[in-house]
Amino acid sequence: MNLSIYLGMLHKAETTLAESFVQVADGHASEPDIHFLCHTLAQQCQAHTRRLQPIVERYGEDSSDDEPERLHADGLSSTRQGPVGLLRDLQDLYLLASLVDVSWTMVKQAGSALRDRELLDVISQCEGETSVQLRWLQTRMKQAAPQALIAAR
Amino acid sequence: MVDRIADIWGTRTPYARDALWPVRVDQALAEGVTEADVDHWVQSACVLCSNGCACDIAVKDGAMVGIRGRAQDLVNHGRLGPKGLFASWQGVSHRDRLTRPLVRENGELVECDWDTAMNRIVDRSRQLLRERGPLSHGFYTSGQLFLEEYYALAIIGKAGIGTPHMDGNTRLCTATAAAAMKESFGSDGQPGSYTDIDSCDAMFLYGHNMAETQTVLWARVLDRIAGPDRPEVVCVDPRETEVARHADIHLAVRPGTNMALMNALIHEVLANGWIDEEYVQAHTMGLEQLKATVERWTPERAAETCDVRAADIRAAARIFGTSDRVLSTVLQGFYQSAQATAASCQVNNLHLLRGMLGRPGCGILQMNGQPTAQNNRECGADGDLSAFRNWENPDHVEELARLWDVDSLTIPHWAPPTHAMQIFRYAEQGSIELLWISATNPAVSMPDLPRIRKILAKPELFLVVQDLYLTETAQVADVVLPAAGWGEKTGTFTNVNRTVHLSDKAVDPPGEARSDLDIFLDYSRRMGFTTLHGTPLLDWAGPEDGFEAWKECTRGRPCDYTGISYERLRGGSGIPWPCNEEHPDGTVRLYGDGVFPTDPDYCETYGHDLLTGATTGPEAFRASAPGGRAILKAADYSPPHEEPDDEYPMRYTTGRTAYHFHTRTKTGRSRQLVHAAPSAWVELNPVDAERLGVGEGDIVRVTSRRGRIEVPARICDIRPNTVFAPFHYGYWDHGGSPDGHPTAANELTLTEWDPVSKQPVFKNAAVKVEKIAEATGTAPAPTTTASRPTKGGKAVTPTVGGREAEATELFGTAPPPRFPDAINPGAYELASVRSGRRSLGEGGGSES
Repeated sequence: MNLSIYLGMLHKAETTLAESFVQVADGHASEPDIHFLCHTLAQQCQAHTRRLQPIVERYGEDSSDDEPERLHADGLSSTRQGPVGLLRDLQDLYLLASLVDVSWTMVKQAGSALRDRELLDVISQCEGETSVQLRWLQTRMKQAAPQALIAAR
Repeated sequence: MVDRIADIWGTRTPYARDALWPVRVDQALAEGVTEADVDHWVQSACVLCSNGCACDIAVKDGAMVGIRGRAQDLVNHGRLGPKGLFASWQGVSHRDRLTRPLVRENGELVECDWDTAMNRIVDRSRQLLRERGPLSHGFYTSGQLFLEEYYALAIIGKAGIGTPHMDGNTRLCTATAAAAMKESFGSDGQPGSYTDIDSCDAMFLYGHNMAETQTVLWARVLDRIAGPDRPEVVCVDPRETEVARHADIHLAVRPGTNMALMNALIHEVLANGWIDEEYVQAHTMGLEQLKATVERWTPERAAETCDVRAADIRAAARIFGTSDRVLSTVLQGFYQSAQATAASCQVNNLHLLRGMLGRPGCGILQMNGQPTAQNNRECGADGDLSAFRNWENPDHVEELARLWDVDSLTIPHWAPPTHAMQIFRYAEQGSIELLWISATNPAVSMPDLPRIRKILAKPELFLVVQDLYLTETAQVADVVLPAAGWGEKTGTFTNVNRTVHLSDKAVDPPGEARSDLDIFLDYSRRMGFTTLHGTPLLDWAGPEDGFEAWKECTRGRPCDYTGISYERLRGGSGIPWPCNEEHPDGTVRLYGDGVFPTDPDYCETYGHDLLTGATTGPEAFRASAPGGRAILKAADYSPPHEEPDDEYPMRYTTGRTAYHFHTRTKTGRSRQLVHAAPSAWVELNPVDAERLGVGEGDIVRVTSRRGRIEVPARICDIRPNTVFAPFHYGYWDHGGSPDGHPTAANELTLTEWDPVSKQPVFKNAAVKVEKIAEATGTAPAPTTTASRPTKGGKAVTPTVGGREAEATELFGTAPPPRFPDAINPGAYELASVRSGRRSLGEGGGSES
């Protein structure tokens, strides 16, 4: 069964997203809403990996995926500066959160086919929060974009 | 005569449930002036809190010389509070008033004529629009202008310039009230009425020190408490306020933990089956999510988080769950605290769960802080689209474009309006280069003042300030425009319970001062803003034109003003909106039919996630099919972001005192009020004071990560490990800057805001306290309010006003006004003559 590959991907994606939220929170501490909220959302991601743990223990977590990585999602190693930098960093978070989101969806598909109620319960707790993370990122980026792209010095 | 400094709420006029609140006419005239000397009285309403007390201004020889409450008004039945009595006309008739425009020349503000000042603004404005575009302009206004002025400003911002960067200081005071109502009911609009005080069996005051913030409303509560069938009172407040002293249950929660308490109250109401199943089924959505969210919040768990007794939480929940009629009021203790919108939504939820809305005594009052905050929200000077339109709804944007005859692309609607804290952030970063501040004083009222002062002083920022006085903010402006004040201009405004009042011009403004409306109209004219047809965008000749234009804007919206006119507002009571063909005399309560403005085509918002502020969006909202049902919004508790630690071990919270308003620009010019509360203090609990070695009146330094203040300490009954500071005390009367002697509470507060309402968190920070000098007297804090000294402490001279604080109280001069008779003065006067004669015949008229 290859579900272990996707569980591994999901675990890694949540961990990367959590680290990147922290990176952005601290790198853009002068934006108080982003600072506080990104820390909160990082904790959410960590909670997701904890909830995933019993599932991972059951199905295993396989990193032997031999499909070549074509699109790398390594997380943010550092943050950018200024209004456009903020927008770019939020957009990176959006891509990482999208990866998490779609991975949950695929795992949910497998969980449904496996009739694994425990897995589906975990997903129902987590996928909603991931989708709110995406909506928040989009809300915040839409607010920031005009000023960053037109008026910022 | 009554000393209204010593007796803030005046003489009791007890009344029973469902009776009418008796009339008591309060009056104060200038020294040496008698009623016979008064040339004429001019109708108005008070602008020194959000209550909206109707009054008449006494005029003699072209000057304001006194004030009297209007007996026939549904809001105050003749009463006025100490601020209205002693700082309304006194607060504007002062030698410090600005009388000529000022411009900065070689670093100094110098007097000039209006052409010079306005041309300087217009030149800069034009240049920026040409070179940088509309996003270079930001406007930060007030909760104290008139409706017509906000509407003019909103049109200039949205249809003239086309900038989303407009907000009011209402963001600091009332944004959460609006946000919570939008989230729960689909639109702003106060469900309840002050008359719910007359009819309720229980009152819950959530973070609402009504006794000090709306003294006349509290007098109404005191009169019910003194009556034969007093309502039970539950108070949520970390301080031992006057409200707490009258409460049956006082929940002195740890600052920052409101949400835990609210989830526990809902938990109890659900667990005990105190909900109205039928109502919930028919008129709400979201019950399952709410149930799941509060499941873990037992009273015991909340008691631990909030540091209150679980038994008290249960008792409070029982009062809510078993009383026939409950009134809830909410203010800054919730709005300026962590999870502001989420916690305020839970108040709405409690009422929805019990079906307690739209009936006498069953109401919600999501309060406002300032007198005209409601109009700022309605008109959209807080950035919202005018008349509660939805920026995410293209049809609403088109409606406004047609109304104003402009291209709909001009109207900023691509994202939510830019809130105040973000406007200042853009100014800090240099992308807002023209900031126009009207009738507010951010140099004292915003959080983290060291930062705000730096932003306002930036040389690249072109700062326009429009005010009555040379405030701390005006002192650093590039152009200062002298504005006319209350009593010097005509306009309307709307109070907490939607009651619209007219304030007529009583006297001329001093010198060359002009009304804010005239200034905005002049700017629009000079800028040459036009409609698609080439006519002037704002062609109003005066305020009444503005009001008529506003009526058209509100037609068919929740805040429908189309049935109100200046003429109807003269003579009788203020009129509560909506007032239209369907409701010709206005509307006392909303939602009596259980139909809420959540229809996707009609609603003001599609809603937000309460934790993050993420927008729900049109598709998801439409798919949830709200169809006129209210929404039970839920959120788990999250701890505040700054908690006490080893370095800063105490919790800090800020607030108000009964004797001052805002940054004291008016109340600080009233002898009586200054005498009552002359300067800053902080409040400490006796246990903490002893541990810190601090006695009554000792000077302490309170330090946070942002800054410090150095003020005397009052030892009183605030909850342990909590420090309170009043936020009124800036520096305009002490050299204009904090140099060496910082006193403003906001030196210490942090820059953080609620994710939905964007209201700053003024009521939670971590601080340390140390004694720096011995007392030279007792702390300058009133003894009549929440700052009353603890029993058994050092003797403190009681706060009194003496002879100059005496005001007249007249009883029984008229029958209490009742809806809708009071709205139609003709009918009312007839009734008044008839019953007045009878009441006088029975010896009802007396003067104290």
